[in-house]
Amino acid sequence: MSTVTMIYAGMFYIATLLLVVGLGYKIFDYSRTPAPLKIPTTPAPITQKGVVYRMAKEVVLFESLFKSNKWIWVFGWLFHMGLFLVLARHLRYFTEPVWFWVNIVQPFGKYASIMMVVGLLGLFARRFLVDRVRYISTPSDYLMLVLLIAIGLSGMMMTFVAHTDIVALKAFFMGLMYFDVQPVPMDPILLVHLALVVLLMVIFPISKLLHAPGIFFSPTRNQADNPREHRHVAAWAARLDQNN
Amino acid sequence: MAAAEFDIPELKDEIEIPKLREGSMAHAKSFLAGKPVQDFMGYPHELGEDWKERALDKMGDLLGKYRSLKVFLDACVHCGACTDKCHYYIGTADPKNMPVARQDLMRQVYRRYFTTAGKLFPKLVGAKDLTKDILDDWYSYYHQCSECRRCSVFCPYGIDTAEITMAGREILNHVGMGQKYSNEILGKVQKIGNNLGLPGPALEDTLEGLEEDIEADTGVAVKMPLDVKGAEVLLVTPSADFFSEPHVESLIGYAKVFHAAGISWTLSSHASEAGNFGLFNGNYETMRKVAMRIREAALELGVKRIVVGECGHAWRVAYSFWNTLTGIGYGGNDPFSIELQKQLDPTYPQPQHICELTNDLIKSGKIKVDPSLNDDLIVTYHDSCNVARASRMGTEEGGQFTIPRELIQSVVNNFHNMADETIRESTFCCGGGGGLLTDDLMEVRVKGALPRATALNNVVKEHQVNFMATICAICKAQFTKVLPKYGFDMSMVGGVHQLVSKAIKLD
Repeated sequence: MSTVTMIYAGMFYIATLLLVVGLGYKIFDYSRTPAPLKIPTTPAPITQKGVVYRMAKEVVLFESLFKSNKWIWVFGWLFHMGLFLVLARHLRYFTEPVWFWVNIVQPFGKYASIMMVVGLLGLFARRFLVDRVRYISTPSDYLMLVLLIAIGLSGMMMTFVAHTDIVALKAFFMGLMYFDVQPVPMDPILLVHLALVVLLMVIFPISKLLHAPGIFFSPTRNQADNPREHRHVAAWAARLDQNN
Repeated sequence: MAAAEFDIPELKDEIEIPKLREGSMAHAKSFLAGKPVQDFMGYPHELGEDWKERALDKMGDLLGKYRSLKVFLDACVHCGACTDKCHYYIGTADPKNMPVARQDLMRQVYRRYFTTAGKLFPKLVGAKDLTKDILDDWYSYYHQCSECRRCSVFCPYGIDTAEITMAGREILNHVGMGQKYSNEILGKVQKIGNNLGLPGPALEDTLEGLEEDIEADTGVAVKMPLDVKGAEVLLVTPSADFFSEPHVESLIGYAKVFHAAGISWTLSSHASEAGNFGLFNGNYETMRKVAMRIREAALELGVKRIVVGECGHAWRVAYSFWNTLTGIGYGGNDPFSIELQKQLDPTYPQPQHICELTNDLIKSGKIKVDPSLNDDLIVTYHDSCNVARASRMGTEEGGQFTIPRELIQSVVNNFHNMADETIRESTFCCGGGGGLLTDDLMEVRVKGALPRATALNNVVKEHQVNFMATICAICKAQFTKVLPKYGFDMSMVGGVHQLVSKAIKLD
């Protein structure tokens, strides 16, 4: 086995571990932290079913963002939906036989990468063109977009310009999954692509990418508006009742 | 002390989003609370040597108690959706009044001390050590936020800057930087029973005087009962209703409604305040202590219903939090809740908003009104932020928008809404909410009212509107003071029950 293969296999194992443990810890931490007061942003759904519908509209359609700013919505939605289709397409490198719906997504996934990169470029442009957004941007805000654009472009290079050895690549990932490491293809574009993905996985649980799990725990969006009908008390607050 | 001179913004045809003017409001600082006030609240009154540790300890404590704070500090992606949504940014152009920048004042410290990335790469992620300068920024800009939640409507993750502001003020209190205005009020309400510090006998005199006024005016002996045991309804209303103009006109309106409907009711000297500034300071226990006075009064007087008068943040606390804090509501199966629930009449919502009550009475024909008595008025309605975005009325989603409008339109013939993007869930705060209704923040208040003044000006020009109704004591006090600076007459602001009072038939 080559040194490069060993490095890449090691990187993916460590990155996966950090991603799963890091994200798992964050989700555990959010779920154990109480929300002592009813604070849904109203008008809010009155039932739990309504909350699921509200949350679905936020996650799939970015409803609040649509109300807020059409440019951020267009670029943000293009990027996220593009990324979703691209990720779905990538499942074919991790499944054998390939799931039937992944085959259906395949052609869309190819062109979704364009959506994704266009959206990212739009968001990047807003960061320095709009004075208000420029003011709030930190270096990591720019670098995060650069990282995602680089991942997207390196992937598109392999899809549309210089194909990589996809059979060998799949063998590499299936090997990782079954702890039977196979050689990674020695294609420089692929190696760059994979290294950037590893970096993204590692920073996911310690960066603003936590907005992904975060939205599901956001009390202003995930609470039903029924405080007069249901008494809502956090454990630390319930102790106060006993002192009366 | 007179506030510093400043320019009144010019009203334009549309609400304009200004270019950034860095530091333009850094000088705005409300007075710090002194020793007696802080002592009563159990806070220090000056920075000790250990202020930094105290601040960080409190931040850690709040992060463990409030999921909102933890998730909101993590989840922001700096997308910029909120940057043009705050009335204080629109009115002042100070970038630290953009919701995300206001949050970042705390987020930079959170990242430095509580996150891996901020500990390892502070420069990269905008993490900063907590310094006295940052603490001063907190004091300044967490008192330029009215906790109105407009930003939370437009944030893709629902991040509510109010939660950050509340946490910021709580930390400031714990290091000895309390705000004089809010903390003095919290002292008065706990010691005397209301925010104005009006003692029981004075309240009794005031109510008797009002009874005489109503009788002189209408020929009908409408009563304003105080501390009457066995009354059906306990009315809890902001103490401003007892003698501020135009607030008192609405109090007269409530009394006439109860009289016309034949409902026995009472005010309480122990709970002579609906407002609860504990909300603004983000201290759960203070908010609970203040709210407990209402529970105590309800149990003492043996009332069957609890109704809340016209007050925005009070309605938020009453509707959203009273059940949690004091067991006023339904669904609790613990002894604390059951004690009160078995006394309350389950055929009514508890607590009930006065607009819900009056609207139901008019719709069911139990009280009669003549809207032509308000024909001298062309009316618009200002949705108060805490009613609009933090509470509800009625049984339907959005009842907090439809019920007050239904009620207004049943007592007036001429009604026009302001522009869609300035009402309902998108309403602009009056500029004086959240503990900012103090003369030492007059510049912030005047500039923060710019979006509302612009929207009002447009309906004045287009429909000759001459009255803006609202259901909040702070909105009424703020607008009567601030709208004249934009050239409006202060008498064009008043309560919804001021309109009811004119139209209701008493006999």
